[in-house]
This record gives sequence, structure tokens and C-alpha cells, in this order.
Amino acid sequence: MNAERTAITHADPASTPKVSPRVVGPFKAEVRDVNFYYGQFHALKNVSMPFVDKRVTALIGPSGCGKTTLLRCFNRMHDLYPGNRYEGEIILHPDQINIISPKVEPLEMRMRIGMVFQKPNPFSKSIFENVAFGLRLQGETNRRVLADKVEAALKSAAIWDETKDRLQKGARDLSGGQQQRLCIARAIATEPEILLFDEPTSALDPIATSRIEDLIDSLRGRFTILIVTHNLQQAGRIADYTALMYKGELVEMDKTVAMFEKPSFKLTEDYLTGRFG
Amino acid sequence: MSSTADPSTPATQVASLPQRTNVKRRAAKEPLLDRIIELLLFLAGVSSVAITLGIAGTLVFESLAFFREVSLVQFFTDHLWTPLFADPHFGIMPLVSGTLVTTGVALLIALPLGTIIAIYLSEFAPAGLREGIKPLLELLSAVPTVVYGYFALQLVSPLVQKIVPGTPAFNMLSAGIVMGIMIVPYVSSLSEDALRAVPMLLREGAYALGANRLITAVKVVYPAAISGIASAYILGISRAIGETMIVAIAAGTQPNLTLDPREGAATITAFIVQASLGDNPHDSIGYKSIFAAGLVLFLITLSINIFGHWLRKRFREAY
Ligand SMILES: Nc1ncnc2c1ncn2[C@@H]1O[C@H](COP(=O)(O)OP(=O)(O)OP(=O)(O)O)[C@@H](O)[C@H]1O
Ligand SMILES: [Mg+2]
Repeated sequence: MNAERTAITHADPASTPKVSPRVVGPFKAEVRDVNFYYGQFHALKNVSMPFVDKRVTALIGPSGCGKTTLLRCFNRMHDLYPGNRYEGEIILHPDQINIISPKVEPLEMRMRIGMVFQKPNPFSKSIFENVAFGLRLQGETNRRVLADKVEAALKSAAIWDETKDRLQKGARDLSGGQQQRLCIARAIATEPEILLFDEPTSALDPIATSRIEDLIDSLRGRFTILIVTHNLQQAGRIADYTALMYKGELVEMDKTVAMFEKPSFKLTEDYLTGRFG
Repeated sequence: MSSTADPSTPATQVASLPQRTNVKRRAAKEPLLDRIIELLLFLAGVSSVAITLGIAGTLVFESLAFFREVSLVQFFTDHLWTPLFADPHFGIMPLVSGTLVTTGVALLIALPLGTIIAIYLSEFAPAGLREGIKPLLELLSAVPTVVYGYFALQLVSPLVQKIVPGTPAFNMLSAGIVMGIMIVPYVSSLSEDALRAVPMLLREGAYALGANRLITAVKVVYPAAISGIASAYILGISRAIGETMIVAIAAGTQPNLTLDPREGAATITAFIVQASLGDNPHDSIGYKSIFAAGLVLFLITLSINIFGHWLRKRFREAY
């Protein structure tokens, strides 16, 4: 990890761009010089990177490097707690809105950007009402439209067959994997522009995990997806692009295949080969 | 000990032998004091059960004596309750209606108010304010109920009489309102605990969909806490049904079969306290009627508690 070895085996870090030229548009969102502070704690440091439209981008890196922090900037979750501060811009295309600008309404951003959490968190309501929740928030009251959209979302989330006969039953009676797919259905029912996943499979067994991965794979092309994962194989399987973060900074972003085959930076290679993290 | 074990002994039995000796050895080493304390704790546990059974037994026993003289049909259909009069009537319904109406008025106040306060404290109030309000609310439940009773009669009743002309000084409305105020802290405190126990993750799920704080609190947090909130409501209901001083002072001691809260009426508890204060010979029907009324009160409270238990089990949420 020392500077000399980096210089010998890899491109000069000073002149090599962190975001590889292989990451080309159209972009759905661009993070520009974002700094984030939890009170005094500087959690994101000058992070800049683009997110390709309708593609899956994985955020990887050792625990505490700021993956979740970056993800939660996108739907302004940090606004819920006092003392948090954003600097910089996250530009949402094509409207060119700066998501983290204080002038932008967090509620509007959260309606346009969906999120799936680390642990399944269905509401204590029926399966139907869980999926309809976001639609109702956006003012949909027509029962026919609600029913159609709920069905479409459950189908897209590959959980329709398991739930179609029990839509009015409590969502908390589903298994963990089913609950997580239900949460995905809840997030996509409103057709958000970006979908955020924060380690969506870390609480699930391997079979439920692979079903979620297949599901995310099937959503590619419909949504711009950001997924935080600790699992490098998972990033390799489902992400078109991968970004490695370390201590609040972006180390490197590239096409997943390119990065896994030939990382540009020594730090990336060390991380991918399991030398730290 | 195991050296004499027959080789034909089943394997399981042999395997369990050393374990059993271990237990014995540990038991032998246990200090005498520990075992005495264990025995005392056991007796304390048993005594609480025994006392409950004893009370229920007495109620049933004395009530049986009552029902040898008064038929169940009369008990449930007679419109008058005058067991201490020369021409006695034994219809429990006037007392039941008094209890239900005062309880109903109290709950109409305590449940909504308690719930709103709980939601406000748990979901909206800044931590400093919450820590300030909680002890104040708990002070409300520390006020002796006799004080509440006079508050109802001297302050609330004249007010009610001004707003609803023609209301008598003793009326169930005033008693119910004040009883409701008294119960608010019971409802709000337990409800708030239940709301605060709902994990942040669930709230974030609602916020992430674009919900504001009010919708999150009412549509997501409240349903998730419903099992604990149901316990709070049940406690409030039980307190209202069992409350004696406030109703005895402010609603009057005149049994009155009515559902109109503007009228005065005795509750079951008010009758019991009134009859207990007079000196009725132990074998008189008036004395036995106290137990019959007590048994009815006991059965009402018991069924509400059983219902609450069922509700809690039915809606129990595990996080
Ligand atoms: N609410 C908070 N207040 C203060 N510091 C925080 C808060 N949340 C996170 N941090 C700190 O910010 C840094 C980044 O945290 P973050 O949760 O983004 O890491 P992460 O990359 O998602 O880690 P993990 O893989 O363990 O989930 C960590 O050092 C963490 O301790
Ligand atoms: Mg994280």
C-alpha cells in the first residue's frame, strides 16, 4: 500500500482519473465534489462519480468507508437527523436538479427515488397496503388503478405467485426473503427514477439471496440502480459498474469486469484480493 | 454407584447416570440460605394465587347464597335495584348501565387524548420537552381520586350545568369526564412506551417513500405498536370500570336505569361502597347483594382482561 509500490505496479495515482473513461453516459445522476458531515465527523470526502442511466452500479469497500452514507444522500435520509450537513452537488438528470440542495424538498426526492433497506421492513399492514403505500402517498385513490399497479409491482418483484391469494393478509407473516421482495415491490410500485439498495441480502440465506439477485438483474434496463454490497461476488454477478470507496473517498470506479480483471490502483487490487477490508 | 449397572441396561439410561449424580451433588452443595430463600419466593408466588382464588371463592360463595333467594331472571330483568329498602328489588341492570355510561364517557376522553399525547411525545416532541412532560403527566395519576371526585362535583358539574341546562348536580357526564382525565396518563404512558419500541427502520421505510412525520406516525408507527397500545387501552378501561370515589361523589348513589350521561346514576362500585358503609347484618339479603354486585364487576373486568390478553397475542409483533 505504500506510494512507491503503487507507482511501480500501477498507473500514477495523481494522473489516473478515479472514474475510468470506460464509464460513459447517458448518466442518470452525477455526484460532484460531495462532502458529508455527521456533526463534526467528515464521512464523505470530495466524492465525485457518475451513475449510468438504467444500469446497476455497486458500491463496495470496507466497513465504515461511507457506502451507506453516500447512498442515503440520494434520498435525503440524512435530513431526518439533526446535525448532518451536505456539501457539493448530486445532479439528477434530465431535470438537472441538485438533490442535496437545501432548496430541494426532501419529500419530493424520496417520492422519486426508492430505497430498499438492509433488513426487510414491511409495515404492519396487509401485503396489498404495503405496496399501495407509496402510490397512496402520491395521491392515487382510484381502486382499480391501485389494484393494477400493486399487481404489476408484485409481478416485477417476482413475488406475485406467492402473494396473489393472500393480498389482504399481514405482510409480517411472510418469510424474510419474501418480505424483502415485498419491500422491493413497495419501492418500485411508484416507478422511481433511481432505486437504492443497501446490502439488501445481508440478512438472507443463500437461496433467498440468489432470488433477490435475479430480481435486481431483471430490473436492469428499467431503473437506475445503486447497490451497496459487502459481497464482491455479488457485485461481480449483478453490477455493470463498480465503485470502491475507502475512508470516505472514492478510490476507483470502472466497469465491473474491467475493475475485477485489472484494477488501476494498488488499493483496489489489495481490496479485491482480500488483503484488507 | 454406576459400577453395579447391569450391562444390559439401555444405553440412554447409562448415559444419563453421570448427569443425574452431578445434579445431586450440586443440590447438596447449595447453601441452606439459598434454599430457604427459594422456598420463601415460592410461597410468595403461591400466596398471590391463593389470595386471588380466595377472593373469587368468597365472591362466588356469598353470591350463591344471594342467588338462592333471588332468581337470575329477576337479577337480569328487574329495572330496579333497591336491595336495602323495605320493598327490595334486585335488578342489577341499573348499576351496570351506570358503570357502562360513566366508563364510556371516560374512555371517549381518555383513549383519544391519551393516544394523541403518546403520539406527540413519542414522534414529535423534542427530547427535552418529553422529559419535562412525562413527570407532569405521572403527577396526574398521583392525585387522590377523592380530590378528583370533588373537582368533578364542584367545578366540572356546574360547568356542565351551564352548557347543558337542566342537568342535575350529580350527573354521569361530569364524573365520566373527570375520570377520563384521571386515566389519560395510564393510557398515554403505556402507549408511548409501545410507540417508542417500534424500530427506527420501520419509520425510515415510510420516510423513504415520501411520507411526512404525521403519516408515518399514524399509518406506520401506530399500527406497528397496536399490541402494546391495546394493553394501554385495556388498562384504561379496567381503571374506569373499577373507579369508585369519583363516581360515588359526582354521579350520585341513586341506581338509575338509563344510558343518558346527563342523568345521575350509581355504578356497581358506588353501590358497593355505599352498602358497605351501612351496617347490614351478615345474613341479610342486603349484605349478600354486595357480593352479587361484586361478582358482576369481577366478571366484567375479567372478561375485558381476557379479551385484552387475546388481543395482545393476536397482534403481537416481533422485531
Ligand atoms: N449517524 C452517524 N453519526 C456519526 N457517525 C456516523 C453515523 N453513521 C455513520 N457514521 C460514521 O460514518 C462512517 C461511514 O459510515 P457508513 O455507515 O456510511 O459506512 P458503510 O460503508 O456503510 O459501512 P458498513 O459496510 O459497515 O455498512 C463510519 O465511520 C461511521 O462510523
Ligand atoms: Mg452500510
